[in-house]
Amino acid sequence: MTTIINAPVCAKAPFHFATASYLVRIGNQVACDLLELQQGIADCSDASIFHHTFQSLGRHHFLTEGFSNDFAQWVLASCNRPALAEQLASLDIRDYVSLADLRGDLGRLLRDYCQANPREAQQTGFEPFYFAESLEEEAPLGIEAWTLAEFYEALKHLPHGSMQFHFVTSRLRLHLRTNDFSVWISRELGLRDLARRIDQIDVYTNTLDSACIKITRLIESELHR
Amino acid sequence: MTHAHIETTQTQTPPPADVRVSRLDDYISVVGASEVAELRAFAERLRHRSVQMVNSTAVGGGVAEMLNRIVPLMEELELAIRWDVITGGDDFFAITKAFHNALHGATYDLPDDSFATFLRYNQQNRTRLNFDSEFTVIHDPQPAALIEARPSGRSHWIWRCHIDLSHPNQRVWQFLAPLVSRYDAAIFSSPSFARQLPVPQYLFYPSIDPLADKNRELEPTFITEVLSRFQIDQHRPILTQISRFDRLKDPIGVLRAYQIVKRYFDCQLVLAGGGAADDPEGEQVLAEVREAIGKDNDVHILDLPPWSHLEINALQRGSTIVIQKSLREGFGLTVTEALWKKKPVVASAVGGIPTQVIHKHTGLLAHSIEGTAYQLRFLLSNPAIAQKLAEQGHDHVRENFLITGNVRRYLTLFLHFLRN
Repeated sequence: MTTIINAPVCAKAPFHFATASYLVRIGNQVACDLLELQQGIADCSDASIFHHTFQSLGRHHFLTEGFSNDFAQWVLASCNRPALAEQLASLDIRDYVSLADLRGDLGRLLRDYCQANPREAQQTGFEPFYFAESLEEEAPLGIEAWTLAEFYEALKHLPHGSMQFHFVTSRLRLHLRTNDFSVWISRELGLRDLARRIDQIDVYTNTLDSACIKITRLIESELHR
Repeated sequence: MTHAHIETTQTQTPPPADVRVSRLDDYISVVGASEVAELRAFAERLRHRSVQMVNSTAVGGGVAEMLNRIVPLMEELELAIRWDVITGGDDFFAITKAFHNALHGATYDLPDDSFATFLRYNQQNRTRLNFDSEFTVIHDPQPAALIEARPSGRSHWIWRCHIDLSHPNQRVWQFLAPLVSRYDAAIFSSPSFARQLPVPQYLFYPSIDPLADKNRELEPTFITEVLSRFQIDQHRPILTQISRFDRLKDPIGVLRAYQIVKRYFDCQLVLAGGGAADDPEGEQVLAEVREAIGKDNDVHILDLPPWSHLEINALQRGSTIVIQKSLREGFGLTVTEALWKKKPVVASAVGGIPTQVIHKHTGLLAHSIEGTAYQLRFLLSNPAIAQKLAEQGHDHVRENFLITGNVRRYLTLFLHFLRN
């Protein structure tokens, strides 16, 4: 049982909790080898890059090791190229505020590998890679928080879609290397250190549930200070 | 040594179907209260919007089973949903059965006038049914020509294709494609099933109902009772493949893999499914399997009737590892069922299986008999790894392949149409 003893700081603007659901649109692009994957990454839409990286992390959030994005997984499982897969997996989506930059780095890694390994680049994978896109539909959850205590209470009952929306994909929406929670906590409550510590939580080595628990623990500590 | 244990439990009369209707709140115990609240949040903007589902049968088959569960849930979310079933004579359903097989790649030998017959029955149904809903979802090829009845105005027509169109017979597909192209969108179960079409194509995974008899939690005593009934030893490893006796499910390959594993582990093999009683090919495959087994009383062949949901559930839950060594596969819902039951899975990398079995994350993939045997040995030697894969597999199903996710996808699609 948590006893909240801190005097509440009230925000000027509340935090509106929302959630998002994603429709997967099947593209007409298919890659059967690494060269085709390189070309596909160059040609596909931003929504497709988003789907295979940011959304892939959300779909597989319960995996806390070794799964980063669809491209890396395909290179490993279908093409059996662990070194390249490792490089693709090491791209951290939290470092990107634009899909163009992410596309550029994915393309560069593939281009370098294909140039250095032309024979492997043309070997057909076990399964083709099908490019797809994610289309986002947002819905308000009808929950708002004016204080850290209210925020804490709401966080305890947040669905995965909402965590993904506010904590992961928000980086693209904000064009900042941060997330919705940290922005509001810093801007509205002036708790910059708490905001920074929340932003440090690693989405690759946590599930959405465990990330949420870590955020609530950080807030609990703040409320008890 | 005695001969393999072969059990046939076909009876004349099926028991009543599993017709219990689950309420949205029943799923809270499975997916959590917040996920159910989220469904309500998405449905809020769709309240009282009219939706019509149309297919070709009210009972039997996966589509009817799915609609029987999705329609009440959407009703509870206050969508004005109705479900219509088209009618037709034996000649119509003979044609649509031939369509179905042809779209899976078989030859189509019916005369040209079969297409006219198909259109005539669709015309009759256009006259019989009302199409005044805002969203009309037509399931599979049988009612595809109902698109001719589309009223002018702001209705949205969606074709939901549940079958694998990756290698369709061109004669049938060339007939259907112009009809499908008139819809606002098409939905497929896998990107590999989609075709080049001038309309947007969306991915909806097939799903399982965690509260259905086939998947719901069972009492351990019931699992023990079922295993005992089939003379399966609960104290030694049980390797199981659930599938009908069909060459594409490679039961002989499963047996060969088991025989390799058997050199290292004192295990048993269960091949459970149906299709042998009413399918001449199934009977032949079963005979071949029986011959390949020779004298091994640790192999259990169970030819079960189609209503054995609880028994299948118990066999999956009682297994040490579930195998799906198909040579070709649609989506492979038996894999989904096994993952949901937190069973480690070794499966072939075909069809929709790699979407479910993410190699070394939610199970292990194999590409040969020897590979299958190796992965089975690896899991039997490393039960902690097997358990971790199984738990992650369960999470994967909860996130992506449950009926609540299917409802969510429909809501998202309808919202997408409204916004655009």
